[in-house]
This record gives sequence, structure tokens and C-alpha cells, in this order.
Amino acid sequence: MRLYDFAYEVKEGMLISFQAIRANKMRSVLTTLGIVIGIVSVTLMGTAMEGLSRTVDDSISKIGADVLYVQKFPWFFGGEDWWKYRNRRDIRMQQFKAIERQSTMIKNATPVTWTVVTVKYKGQSVENVPVLGVNDQFPETAGVGVDVGRFFNQSEADGGRPVCVIGSDIADNLYPNETPIGKTIKAAGRSFRILGILEKQGMFLGLESMDNRMYIPVDRFIKTYGARRGIQINVKAVDVKDLENTKEELRGILRKARNVKPGAEDDFAINQQDMFIKTFDGIKMAVGGIGFFITALSLFVGAIGIMNIMFVSVTERTREIGIRKAIGAKRSTILLQFLIESATLSLVGGLIGLAISYPLSLLLNQVLPTSMPLSVVFVAILISIMVGMVSGFLPANKASKLDPVEALRYE
Amino acid sequence: MTNVINIKNVSKTYVMGSEEVHALQNVSLQINRGEYVALMGPSGSGKSTLMNIVGCLDTPTSGLYEFTGVNVSDMNDNELAKIRNKEIGFVFQTFNLIPRSNALHNVELPLVYAGIHANERKRLAIDALKHVQLEDRMTHKPNELSGGQRQRVAIARALVTKPSIILADEPTGNLDSKTGEDIMALFNILHEQGNTIILVTHELDIAEHAHRTIRLRDGRVEADEIVPPEKRRIPKSAGFVI
Repeated sequence: MRLYDFAYEVKEGMLISFQAIRANKMRSVLTTLGIVIGIVSVTLMGTAMEGLSRTVDDSISKIGADVLYVQKFPWFFGGEDWWKYRNRRDIRMQQFKAIERQSTMIKNATPVTWTVVTVKYKGQSVENVPVLGVNDQFPETAGVGVDVGRFFNQSEADGGRPVCVIGSDIADNLYPNETPIGKTIKAAGRSFRILGILEKQGMFLGLESMDNRMYIPVDRFIKTYGARRGIQINVKAVDVKDLENTKEELRGILRKARNVKPGAEDDFAINQQDMFIKTFDGIKMAVGGIGFFITALSLFVGAIGIMNIMFVSVTERTREIGIRKAIGAKRSTILLQFLIESATLSLVGGLIGLAISYPLSLLLNQVLPTSMPLSVVFVAILISIMVGMVSGFLPANKASKLDPVEALRYE
Repeated sequence: MTNVINIKNVSKTYVMGSEEVHALQNVSLQINRGEYVALMGPSGSGKSTLMNIVGCLDTPTSGLYEFTGVNVSDMNDNELAKIRNKEIGFVFQTFNLIPRSNALHNVELPLVYAGIHANERKRLAIDALKHVQLEDRMTHKPNELSGGQRQRVAIARALVTKPSIILADEPTGNLDSKTGEDIMALFNILHEQGNTIILVTHELDIAEHAHRTIRLRDGRVEADEIVPPEKRRIPKSAGFVI
């Protein structure tokens, strides 16, 4: 019975509120501007965060949770250390061989060295193609499969055969109407026979395509492009749970192979996915924090705006409140009516905000792979109702406590 | 006959700054069911204060007020709101309709606060509007109605809950004399139909429509007398035949 009474009062309160808001359309819409901005910022921020997470998570998963990357540079460092890392001795093939020989905890390992060339086939060419010198274990460490054909095998790798595997973009560009398998491709003047095409991998962090690369045996790479440049070593651990131990073992092997004196700092870096996750979690926190601050600020401004206009409305309608009380409206009825009114006002702002931010989120989708999550829509609606209730409380309370005698006398 | 209103030794004191204003001092009066009473007095006589107390808009500082046998002197806001809603029909000088609502919704409003279901509410409100012969103006808003029509909507709103008393505060004060006469004719009919009417006015020729006049002066009852039938004014209006 009580619940029924409450539902009845809410329904009647809503009808009265809609009438009041309709009577002041322009003023109502302008009042909700703060809420509109707040909701636009909360929904866009939510959408952007969603997109950022998706991009980063996708890219991070390509790094592989169980893969270690031995390089001169750590992935994240302060700018002032750049020269220190730059002047380290290059990592060499002998060190890769030492790891391959001595390590007990690795499943796969490959050296990686690279340069950028122009590739050609029958007068067609593609510029800026990264050529990577790797061994036959590369697909396992990179977690990528071969789409058509095969990767080069151990004997081809060890023998430094002039063979290659290409990314799907190169295949599409140079061989639009034929199969590239068995064909010859020219990279910086040298010919390579194509053995296979890798699976499509997409963009890394939305910046760099991973599908326009060409892979050749590392020995062939050194013979062709020289041994001056150093290499990097990608290592896949047997068990991801033993990653830290694997890392320690690698450190020991490398320090010995590179003659690092006891007590001296490592002159190499062992990078892993974890570092990416930590860094991007930090970025996500920062973006989220700024977004939260902007949202909170604009919602606060919006709440003040609504509170202000509700006070004005209560004063303007003092006489009406007096009439309602004279003919039997209880305090709680008046309170509820004005609370519903401010909540409705705020909700209108929220809905306008959603109507503005939805097309903007589609625009955002051009940059980041994202769409407005349904949860963000619900949160936005909930927030706007809550803000309306909170900011409407003081004016509604004032209205409910008006003395009917004085309110009726109000001009 | 039963008392609808029983006021005993009621005083009302306002504090204005450092001064105490005695708006009512030891006022006692009874009004029976079915009476037609005019409450008279110049401004500052305590007439409005008494009306507010009778209408349960305000409570006395001291003394007893029994409404239909129930002591209302010490009731809280919510209890008073319930009495006003169910037992008292207000008619104001300035009509006091809700400007945004049409005539029907204005008349329905007391029933909304009584928690009556929408269909029943509409039926009762239409009945009340028929009673004041305004059923053809139901969907008009107050600003689309003449002064006399607005006051008839207000009377319909007062009647719709079938209250124990109708409390009219200068009901003709904002109307021309012809329209005022129509409204007084309507009150006459309502009285003949058994309603208890309390008319608050400072105009003698309006008060003379009532059957009893109570005069206030300086917060006290100065005179309380029956208007003899030969002195009663019978409003000349062909407008209402019910």
C-alpha cells in the first residue's frame, strides 16, 4: 500500500514537473549546459579509454607475456640516459649462440636484426620495407603463424639460403593477381625466393603496420647487408611462471659472454611485456584522472546551475506552492515534486549530452578502434539523475518548508 | 445540531521584532453544520488570522479549536494538510488557480493529493465542473477564462472533495458587481444544498447574503448576530438553476 502511494506520488510529481519544465523550455535547456558538458566529457572519456585499452591490449598481446627481448636500450627510460645506452657495445651473434648453448629454461630463441629497403618485383616496387634477419624459430617467439606456404627451416636458416617470408601487405601490393610462393623478390638488389606469407597482424599501437615486413635468414642478412650493426635477441620461456628465473639465467649468461665485471651494471637490457603494461597503466591512469577531473568539475558547475535555477523556480512559484499546500499537499509531496523536477531537468541535460557525444564517438572511432560502451550510457544517465537529485535537494527542502499562509500572501 | 467549528478562548500572538502583536484575544465561537456565516471586520481586526486558523493553515498560540469534534490545535503540518485536503474547500479573492494547468486539472488537484485514482478523479472533477456549469470550459487554462469563470473553477475545486466547510476569502473582491452577484448566487445555491459556508469579507452588502454575521475588532468578537430573513439579500441572477 505504501509502495503504491509512493508510486502514485512519483507519477503525479513527474506529470507536474514535465509541465513546469515545458513552461520554461529555453531556460531549462540553458540551465543544463553544465550537465551537458559533464556528460559529454564523461561519455567521450569513457569511449576514448575503451579505445585506448583495446589498442594497447591488442598491441601488448603481440609482445607476448612469455617472451624476453635482449636489447641495448630498455623500452622506457628517462631522456638523459640516451647516450649511455647508445654507447653500449652492440649485442653480437656470439652472445645469441651462448644463450642457445647454455640456457636450460628457454623454448625458442631467435636473433633479430633489421634494415629498411625497397623491394621490387617485375618493375613494381614498395619502399620502406623493413627486412628482418631472423632464424627459423621466429614464428614461435613472435606468436605468429604462416598463412600460405611455410617459414624457412633450420637448415635453410643455418645455411643462409636466399629465401624469404613476406608480410601480407607486400604480397597484396606486389602480387595482386598471382601467388607469390616460389616467385623471386628483389630487396636492395639481391634476389630472394618467397617461401611463405605471414598471417595478417595489423598495426602496432595504431602506428606501424606489422604486415609490410620481409624476413630472411640471419646469416644471409649478415652476408648481404654486413655485420656492423648489432642484433637483438628474442627469447621465449618454457613456462611463463618461470619468466623471472629465465631472465636471471639470461643475465648470467650474457654478463659472462660480454665480460661484464662483477659488481658492474649490466650493459644490456632485458625487456618484457610487463614493462609495457605498467607504463600504459600509468598513461591510462593519467588520462582517466584528467577525464575524471574535467567531468567532476563540469558536473559540479552543472549542479550549481541547477540548484540556482531551482531556487529561482521555488521563489517564482511561492504562491503556487502555497495553493498546493492549502488544498492538501504534504511537505513530502512538495519535496518530491521539486526533486523530480530537478532530476528531470538534469536528465534532460544528460540526454542532450548523450545526443552530442554519440556522433562525436563515431568520429573518435576514426582514430581509435572504439564504440561507446552501453555501460557508459547507463552511467551517464544515472549520474545526471543523481546530480539533479543532489542539487535539487536544498531548493526542494526550502519549498517544502514554506509556510502556507505566507506563501499565499506572496506577490 | 452538531458543531462543525468549536473555538474556545483562542488567542494568536505574533512576535514582530521586539514587539508582541495580539492578533486574536480569547475568541470563542461555534459554527453549526449547514450555516452560512459572514466573518467581518476592518483590516487589522484579526479577521485574516481567524480565517487562517479556521482553515487549518495556522494553529492558535493558546486555546482550543475543535473541527468536526477533533482537536486540531496541536496538530502537525502533515495532519493539518490532510484536514485541509479532505474537509475544507478554499475560495480565494485572487482565485489562486495553477496557471499552467487547465480547468479540469485544477479541479482534480485536491483529489491528486488525496491519492484518488485517475479515472475516479476525472469523473468527480467533471461532476464538480458541471455543478458550476463550466463543463464546456474544462480544457481551458485560467488565462483563457474570464474572472467569473475562474472563480467558478476555484469553487468547483473547493467542492470536489465534498468538504465539511467552504471557506471563501473575499470571493467577489476581484470581480465586477454583476459577476460578483453571480458568484453570490452560486454560494446561495450551495448553501441551500446543505453546504456550510464561511464568507470572509469587509463589504457589508456581500456579508448581507449570509444568515449570520460575526464582527471582529482589535482581535476580539465585537458582535455575533443572526441576519433576520427580511434583511437578507437575495442575489439576482438567472445564471444558475440547479
